[in-house]
Amino acid sequence: MKDVELTHLSKSYDMQTEVLSDISVSIHAGEFFVLVGPSGCGKSTMLRMIAGLEDITEGTLTIGQKKVNDLHPSKRDISMVFQNYALYPHLSVEENIVFGLSVKKVPKTQRKKRCHRVAKMLGLTDYLNRKPRQLSGGQRQRVALARAIVNESPICLMDEPLSNLDAKLRAQMRSEIKQIQRQLNITMIYVTHDQVEAMTMGDRIMILNEGKIQQVGPPIDVYNAPANEFVAKFIGSPPMNLAKATIYPDNQTLSVVGRIHLQLPPEDIQRMGTKEVTIGIRPEHLQLATSESQQPGSSKFEVKVSHVEVLGNETLLNFEFAEGNWQAKWNGQWRVNVGDIVPLSLHYSAICLFDTTTGNMIKQPTQNEQHLIQGVSI
Amino acid sequence: MNGLLKKIALYLVLTITAFVVFFPILYAFLISFMTGGELLQGNLFSKSFHLENYQKAFERLPLAHYLMNSFIISLSVMIGQLVVSSMAAYAFVFIPFKGRDAIFFLFISTMMIPWEATMIPNFITIQQLDWINTYQGLTIPFFAMAFGTFLLRQHFKTIPKELDEAAQVAGISRFKFFVKIVVPYCKNSLITLGAYSFLTTWNMYLWPLLVTNNDSVRTVQIGLKQLRTQELATDWGVVMAGVVVVIIPTLVLLFIGQKYLQKGLAQGALK
Ligand SMILES: Nc1ncnc2c1ncn2[C@@H]1O[C@H](COP(=O)(O)OP(=O)(O)O)[C@@H](O)[C@H]1O
Ligand SMILES: [Mg+2]
Repeated sequence: MKDVELTHLSKSYDMQTEVLSDISVSIHAGEFFVLVGPSGCGKSTMLRMIAGLEDITEGTLTIGQKKVNDLHPSKRDISMVFQNYALYPHLSVEENIVFGLSVKKVPKTQRKKRCHRVAKMLGLTDYLNRKPRQLSGGQRQRVALARAIVNESPICLMDEPLSNLDAKLRAQMRSEIKQIQRQLNITMIYVTHDQVEAMTMGDRIMILNEGKIQQVGPPIDVYNAPANEFVAKFIGSPPMNLAKATIYPDNQTLSVVGRIHLQLPPEDIQRMGTKEVTIGIRPEHLQLATSESQQPGSSKFEVKVSHVEVLGNETLLNFEFAEGNWQAKWNGQWRVNVGDIVPLSLHYSAICLFDTTTGNMIKQPTQNEQHLIQGVSI
Repeated sequence: MNGLLKKIALYLVLTITAFVVFFPILYAFLISFMTGGELLQGNLFSKSFHLENYQKAFERLPLAHYLMNSFIISLSVMIGQLVVSSMAAYAFVFIPFKGRDAIFFLFISTMMIPWEATMIPNFITIQQLDWINTYQGLTIPFFAMAFGTFLLRQHFKTIPKELDEAAQVAGISRFKFFVKIVVPYCKNSLITLGAYSFLTTWNMYLWPLLVTNNDSVRTVQIGLKQLRTQELATDWGVVMAGVVVVIIPTLVLLFIGQKYLQKGLAQGALK
């Protein structure tokens, strides 16, 4: 088992602008590591540098304690799945799967056995004699997957493998890939622009923007405590609501465009040391104001609903707030009409605060509902 | 109704054009069956078929020998060109090296130099190598052609680069990738180039004339010329019989090639 370690890694194609700058991260053996970020932020470049398909401009890359900056891709003990699958069009499914094994000096009978085992695992047994163009998109995806896992490399790299599939198939493949990774105990480095894939699949995720690391950590930690405004907006659907706010140390309050007023603990004011902040609140923490919700530390404000989406098990309310569009997410089905005035309440413990000038988080929410099943017996 | 009329008109025009274009060959074919007297009368069709012209053509010349020479030379040039051009094109597409594009443009700029202009230096080289009257002298100067490299490079460039990268990650050697992936992928261009180089070599006249001075490796095109000037009054029937024999391989290749091309296009449309 081998760790993959990136130390101050940088990449520049034209020697002028850096596509990736100063990337340092350690990917543990057996881990499902997701690289997520908007398109063009350098995810593929980073993956291709790990694979050895792209030169490393600066920094070191080690796989299992060994520096591999200049090692040929085939010597790095990796397999790779490409976005467009990169299947050989005139080879059959079986030939595609075993093509790489012939070089690895795997005996012919062994090759056949391994191919059939992998095909069975991915439900491809009936298609082994077909050509890639006779397969559906989902089946081609599986062949690409089979080809990657058949050579039993300890590290597998995937570059947006699900982006060409429809939504339903994508959800199915998400859990299948995750299961295979766990079953074979592979180190997975997975690139996606889709935060849902990142949240659902990753043991740890790394958010990248404009070539720089924004945050690395387990998905839930990233969701609960985003390191900066970018991560707050990027992770979570619908995204976190953000607005400019001002702290008044004299009467220990925080005010958002004069409509929300929150009482602040004095130690927080001291610690943050700035007056201009950005407040962030997840849509699920904006609940209907009731008489019980009027506790110390909470604030009530009224909004005019501009759009309603009832999704069966939850209801999304859209409204204009502080020059932006905010959303509230309520459980269950609610009968709310466009134009209705709705009272909302939020609690200080649920909000994030960011330094407006740097964008970095200065206060994380302390109220996170974590549910545990303990000692349940039926 | 309108559509049918249009179709009829279209086919009429096509038939007439095809006839006009094909007429010289057709006429040569008819002449090859006429006796000298009939030809002079200016008849389009002879009253009876005579095969003597063919017999005479083969008697007066070692035509079979010439045909064999032409075949060997054309086949060698075809294979040589396919191997050299495809490997050069592979390097220009898949192997990054310094100054690759500059070298490629320099290479294809040789397409602008007419072959005749390089004939003298080429001839001197062949003479120095003592390759006069040899198959090498007739074939090797044509192995590295810019046109073939250019044609194949254009097709190789349509291969997704991920195929090459997947092969690299799997540790497949460049040569195996070339043989197992690139060649089958670009089968149609290779067939097109093969047919083209075979036909150009088959129809070559000036170079074989220069580098041969006896019958040993002489090609059939020169044979045809000999047929014309052997006697004072050219026996056109015999010449045309020779012409017909010579163009048969061309026609066969064209028909086969066309079939392949159609198949290739149909395959491409399925993707
Ligand atoms: N071969 C290349 N040459 C020059 N620039 C490139 C090359 N590949 C990618 N880039 C640039 O690098 C940046 C990151 O690209 P990429 O890693 O593909 O982003 P992502 O995969 O996150 O969408 C982009 O701005 C892109 O234009
Ligand atoms: Mg990408």
